[in-house]
Formats: sequence, structure tokens, C-alpha cells
Amino acid sequence: MLNSLEILETIKMISEEHLDIRTVTMGISLMGCAGDNIQTICDKVYDRITKQAEHLVKTAEQIEAEYGIPIINKRISVTPASLLLGAAKGPEEGVMLAKTLDRAAKTTGVNFIGGYSALVHKGMTHGDRILIASIPEALAVTERVCSSVNVGTTRAGINMDAVAEMGRIIKQTAERTANSGGFGCAKLVVFCNAVEDNPFMAGAFCGVGEPDAVINVGVSGPGVVKCALEQVKGADFGVVAETVKKTAFKITRMGQLVAQEASRRLGVPFGIVDLSLAPTPAVGDSVAYILEEMGLEKCGTHGTTAALALLNDAVKKGGVMASSYVGGLSGAFIPVSEDAGMIAAAECGALSLDKLEAMTCVCSVGLDMICVPGDTSAATISAIIADEAAIGMVNNKTTAVRIIPAPGTVVGDTVEFGGLLGTGPVMPVNPHKSDDFIARGGRIPAPIHSLRN
Amino acid sequence: MRAVITVVGHDKIGIIADVSRVLAEKKVNILDISQTIMQDFFTMIMLVETKESTASFKELSALLDAMGTERGLSIHIQHEDLFQSMHRI
Repeated sequence: MLNSLEILETIKMISEEHLDIRTVTMGISLMGCAGDNIQTICDKVYDRITKQAEHLVKTAEQIEAEYGIPIINKRISVTPASLLLGAAKGPEEGVMLAKTLDRAAKTTGVNFIGGYSALVHKGMTHGDRILIASIPEALAVTERVCSSVNVGTTRAGINMDAVAEMGRIIKQTAERTANSGGFGCAKLVVFCNAVEDNPFMAGAFCGVGEPDAVINVGVSGPGVVKCALEQVKGADFGVVAETVKKTAFKITRMGQLVAQEASRRLGVPFGIVDLSLAPTPAVGDSVAYILEEMGLEKCGTHGTTAALALLNDAVKKGGVMASSYVGGLSGAFIPVSEDAGMIAAAECGALSLDKLEAMTCVCSVGLDMICVPGDTSAATISAIIADEAAIGMVNNKTTAVRIIPAPGTVVGDTVEFGGLLGTGPVMPVNPHKSDDFIARGGRIPAPIHSLRN
Repeated sequence: MRAVITVVGHDKIGIIADVSRVLAEKKVNILDISQTIMQDFFTMIMLVETKESTASFKELSALLDAMGTERGLSIHIQHEDLFQSMHRI
């Protein structure tokens, strides 16, 4: 029998500490929709998604009501769309496909659909080129479509031609959505070592190794971890790690329950629970505040990387036994604009781009939701991507860049995205050029430790 | 299905009576009930069976929620499995 304290602990986590299921994401394979006529492809894609995900939102809402646990987002991820554009005649056909995905997202009621993606870590196909060229327009004319491009892996190295191209694409995407602060860029992620079962946006896509449909769940709970740490003020790091582990276990158990229940009710296999700690702009739901609770005056000061390393590791250790299948990104997220503590730290100058880069060495997922001045060059953005991809490639982990060169802004401005995407302080970039470095092109070879066979 | 109802708030006369009345009206069976005062807060936990309930789970939840708001209490009804899965291996 359950005891009262346990029941009340759960209630408190949900009502006061922002414990929630961040996302129930249905992965849908579009492999059966391939063809050589774009209109036929679009029709098939729309039918496939709206049929498969017909009950997704309703089912998630039922679970939400019965268990009394908020499920913040219901989302869909699809097969990388470039695989459907092999016979496309131009970028406008890519845009047609993106609009179809947007329409399907609206019909099913999900708030984002991910998978307008291309995997080009070793080279580009015709379909990849078309998709990438269409990204600025596709993200400007759609509302719910998210795009991602994988430019490197530990096994293949880094495709520097793609890195250079993505710098330009990000600039164009910002220009095309200039009247909303370059919002298009908030829906675009550049990855190294992208994972196939990520439930989180904007980087989710349904990999080619996935089944026809699959349910992946992302949990959240920075507020719960922070509150747990408040109870062990001044204790040594062994105690801190244990506290985080125990809390992560409980959070993940809830994710596992929801994932299994959603999978059963929808008749779709359960894929994974993603153990990431995902913040929101709400006060009390911040990863930065957890780090500060460990004894740092401001997130970003010396010691931040060590604190984050401990946090990230303890979350995994606590979560891994709580779920039968763990996957996705599984690590602490540090999206600047989506985390009240990160925003405050960036605004007061405690948190710099360089420190964020160091932090990404020990956590997932990378430089996330970072606003930089509008006049930042494409080559500088490409160089930032290259640095981040190198960290991912060498450390055998996923890294990503979601950066917004908000048109017309300078350091000190803030960009309002609203909702879960929050408010981004415009952060300074290094003023020295990287143009000649990016202009070289080609491929950075895979590191020696990729040769593991 | 078995659900857990929690009522937390300032102690007042008739809280248990009010909640029980609503449950009886909707044919929800009370299996277990415990109540304490923790730091001046009235805390009641009920285990109920909703199998024969004449109201849907959503309606029941809304009914209890409205009742809580009226009396300045926080009332939740949640599937028992949530607590089982979080605290038991």
C-alpha cells in the first residue's frame, strides 16, 4: 500500500515543482510515400500522417486527465523528408512538402512536426540539396514544421561543405523571418551525431531504422531536481549526486508509465524514454538554477562545467533503471532563451558563448536557442557549427547548434519568441573572422577512435 | 479503475462529508481513507474504485476540482498507477 508521504510528494512535484511530461512524440515512417511526382507524394504523406496520428492528441489528453500529470506537447516526427525529394525538380517542391507536413500537423492537432531533415554527414544527394535549399522558404511559410540537418558523425567526420552551406541557410532563414526576430531559425537545428529516436523539437526526426510508427516520450523536471537539492544545502557532492539520481528515477518512472500507456492505447510500439532535463522559461523550471543551487553565484561562472557534468551523469544513472528503453538525446538541455536562469546569466554577462561551448562538452545537446547579433556573418555561424560538431565528433556524442542571428539586433538587445521558446538576450560573438577557414570546404576526416571494429 | 483522491487545505468542518457525498452520488466506492493534520493543513487521502461510476473520469475530476476551488482546498483525483510506478519497483 502506498503511504501518504509518497502520494503527497508526487502531488507536490506536479503542482509546485513543474513536474511534467514534456512531450509525447509519435514517430511516423514515410518510406511508403516515396514517388517521382511531388503532388502524389504530398497526398500520400498527408494521408499517412493524419491516419496514423488521428488519435494521438486525444489519447494524450485522456492520459493527462486520468493520471493528473500534464503532458505539455504532443508532437510528430517523420522520416527525413529529403528521402522523399530524390526526384524533385527544385526547392519549390520541397516547400510544397513542408506545407503538406504543416497541414497534417494542424489536422492532427500537434504543435510541432519534425523531420524536414537531411542527413549529409558524408555527402549530399540530389534530394538533400533540394531540401536544404528550400529550408529558408519552408520555415517562413509554415508554422509547425521543424527542420534539422546532420553535418557530421563520429564515424564519418564532418562535411565542411554542408557546414558552410548551413551558415548561409541560417542567415537566409533569419532574413526570411526578420519580422519575427528570425523565428525561422528557432525551428532549425544543425547536428553532429543526430539520433533517430529523439522526441524533442526542433531536432526530432524518425530515423530509417525505426518501425512504421513508434511512441517516444521526453520527461522534464528541472524544478523537481532543484527543490530536492534545496534539502541538502552544504552537503558534499556524493550526497548531491545521490539526490539527483533518486529524483531522476522518480521523474523517469512517470515518463515510462505514460509512454507505455500511450503505446498501449494507440496500438503503436513504445520506443524510448528520453532522460533529458528540459527547462522552460517558467520561473522554477530552470537547469541554470539547479547549477546555482549547487553553490554557483551565477550560471556561467567558473565551476559551471563541473556542476553540469555531475548533473548530467546523475540524471542518466538515476533514470536508466527506471525505464525499460532509454534513448533519444538523454542529457541536460541548456537552451538559453528557454531557461529563466540562463537568460538572467547571459544578460548580466556571467554566461558567454565560450562557456556555453565548454558546457556542451559534458551535456547534451549543444548551443541551443542562442541569439547573436544580426550582422554576424554566415562564415562565423558556420565556424560556430564546426566547433560544436567537432566536440560531438571527437567525444562520440550528439551536439547541435540552434542559433538565431536576429536581423537588426545588436549585443544587449533581447528577442521575444514567446511560449516555450522564451526570450533570447543577444550575445556577443568573437569579432575575428573565420571566412578563409570555412571557404576551404571538403570533409574533416573521422577521428582515429572511430575505427573501433 | 482505482484512483487516489487527495484533499489538501485549511481544516474545516465537513470536508470528508462533502467529498464522500459527491462520490456516493456518482457511485464511486471508497476503499480506504486516511486523514491527518500536517502543519495546520488538512490532508486527506482516499483510495477509490471508479468501475461503477456514473460520471466519466474527466467529469469526476472537474466536479472535485470545482468543489475544491469553492472551499479553498486543493482536490486531485489521479489513477493509482501514477503513484505505484513512481514509488514502487
